[in-house]
Amino acid sequence: MKKALSAAAAALALAVAATACGGGGEGAQSGGDDPIVLGFSQVGAESGWRTANTESIKQAAKEAGIELKFSDAQQQQQNQIQAIRSFIQQNVDVIAFSPVVESGWDTVLLEAKAAGIPVVLTDRAVETDQKDVYETFLGSDFVEEGRKAGRWLVEEYADTDDQVNIVELQGTTGSAPANDRKEGFAEIIGEHDKFEVVASQSGDFTRSGGQEVMQAFLSSHDDIDVLYAHNDDMALGAIESIEAAGLEPGEDITIISIDGIKDAFRAMADGKINLVVECNPLIGPQLMDLVEKVHAGEEVKPRITVEEGVFTQDEAAEALPDRKY
Amino acid sequence: MRSAQTRRLVWPLLVLALLVAANAVATPRFLEITVRGGRLYGSLVDILHFGTPLLLISLGMTAVIALRGIDLSVGAVVAVAGAVACTLIESAAEPDSPSAVAGAVAAALAVCALLGLWNGFLVAVLRIQPIVATLILMVAGRGAAQLITGGQITTVRSAPYREIAGGSVATVPVTVIVAAATLLLMWLLVRRTALGLLIEAIGGNAEAGRLAGIRATGLTMAAYTFCGLCAGLAGIIISANTGSADGNNAGLWIELDAILAVVIGGTLLTGGRFSIAGTVLGAIIVQTLSTTVYTMGVPPESTLVFKALVVFGVCLLQSPRFRAQVAAPFRRSGPPRPPSNTATPAPPEEDDVKPEAASIADQEPREVRP
Repeated sequence: MKKALSAAAAALALAVAATACGGGGEGAQSGGDDPIVLGFSQVGAESGWRTANTESIKQAAKEAGIELKFSDAQQQQQNQIQAIRSFIQQNVDVIAFSPVVESGWDTVLLEAKAAGIPVVLTDRAVETDQKDVYETFLGSDFVEEGRKAGRWLVEEYADTDDQVNIVELQGTTGSAPANDRKEGFAEIIGEHDKFEVVASQSGDFTRSGGQEVMQAFLSSHDDIDVLYAHNDDMALGAIESIEAAGLEPGEDITIISIDGIKDAFRAMADGKINLVVECNPLIGPQLMDLVEKVHAGEEVKPRITVEEGVFTQDEAAEALPDRKY
Repeated sequence: MRSAQTRRLVWPLLVLALLVAANAVATPRFLEITVRGGRLYGSLVDILHFGTPLLLISLGMTAVIALRGIDLSVGAVVAVAGAVACTLIESAAEPDSPSAVAGAVAAALAVCALLGLWNGFLVAVLRIQPIVATLILMVAGRGAAQLITGGQITTVRSAPYREIAGGSVATVPVTVIVAAATLLLMWLLVRRTALGLLIEAIGGNAEAGRLAGIRATGLTMAAYTFCGLCAGLAGIIISANTGSADGNNAGLWIELDAILAVVIGGTLLTGGRFSIAGTVLGAIIVQTLSTTVYTMGVPPESTLVFKALVVFGVCLLQSPRFRAQVAAPFRRSGPPRPPSNTATPAPPEEDDVKPEAASIADQEPREVRP
């Protein structure tokens, strides 16, 4: 029964997408109350951030009355391609996935297009020469996150004309978040001469990396005013080093970090981090909204940014109980 | 023998001295050591402190490599150690009590020793090639660590646990003391008993060792267990350093750094002769390289190339043939090489025991023969 219904819904989707291709439509029943079927392929469960992302999508699907077929790719592109093919065979209404890697998606995306199933990308983009193989990409704007960090810093140090020495803990070299967060931050602080990045090294997005690199920064630079870390874990590691050097994190060195994990909010409530720029994994509601629009054949923008906030110390304690990741 | 081994250490020592000198020039405060918060503080102390896990693993790796084996699973064992210790402490009734921490650490070390024993069993009893046998645990161990932590980073706030990495005794960091103690223990075991001799005998020629009546199976299993234990200790230190267990990233690729440290120290991958002092030097060089990258501000994009160049330099210096060829133009007996010389493939590297003049005299006719 369910299969017949989803087949009918798929037939409807076919008609909407107007890319007719052979496929047999079994007597179209009016599908007004049928739940939309969404096939979602997740990267894996490599971090708390990702787990929160998965939970949010499952929760939001339930609330929106969308039937979710969930598949975990365990970091393998091959698994993900298989999952998408099986979604196509099952004739789901909409396919969404967070690509494990950037390239190599042309074939399977064209297959989805041929079957008339709209595709939504989440969290990460793909590289493709094909046109119109996906409807939209819903994800964080890493450059904007860097800009937000920069803007806050500029405002915070608006009253001083002294030089502000910044050290930067970059993410894994070459990764999109590391490149973009560096770029956005540099763009904003570059407008003011007083800001200078005196050292910038990769801490590989890990706590131990952040700790070790910060320790080296502290031994080789005397007057560090600001630490800008591309993620919370590196900032948390760096705090250890700053304390070991006999300095007060958050007081002697202003600390800005990105992501918004629970541990960072705890540190911020303790006054050890000054600003956290959120990189929001809770995209479920926004995704379900998009799925409904795409399914109804409405036009959506090709790039949609996740709603993300900026948290200062004053808001940390209050926001802490609500943090889900 | 003794003097040849000491001579072998000259080159890594020279590289280390060069690295430190370059740092001292680029960063004036590099050599400065002060006391902050009752603890020694400075770049040199950082190198020893952050280098302790690598040093511990390299020591274990030395024992395994001397027996003509290799252990690729140490990085995964690091992750398991941190995961077990942190999870136990988190679930303890009183995470701040020293006994709970001691229990958790003991349990984690026991698990790691068992993992090492498992490797030894695969290699010595089932006769699986070491690289394959330990590859199994390299993959499975990290998976197990992720299972234990539920794929999340487990944070612990237990003060005694943090002391393992952050504490100090008479201003000397605990980590450095742990490293020194392990080093001393290994040196006593290996060089003050016949154990070292037995290891070299089996590693050099397993069949001859067996005929001489040495129980290779037990010794091999003991070496892998020791390696697992060292990796476990390193894992505890890494995890205590940040107060968290990261199943995904803790100890990632550290096995490669450890093998590098052992090889830089002059221990042959083909087994037999090994040098504990060389391994210590090797581990310190690898860690100094990382610190150099951070303090000198080598751009992250070129970090790997920079490290590779230095390692390449060390390897060249250690090659007797390379040294002989560089020295040749400055010798009266050795005329400048003909250009065709560079095109011929180098003969397999020989040990340092041979004097340089002899080795070049040895090579010259070989090239005319074809």
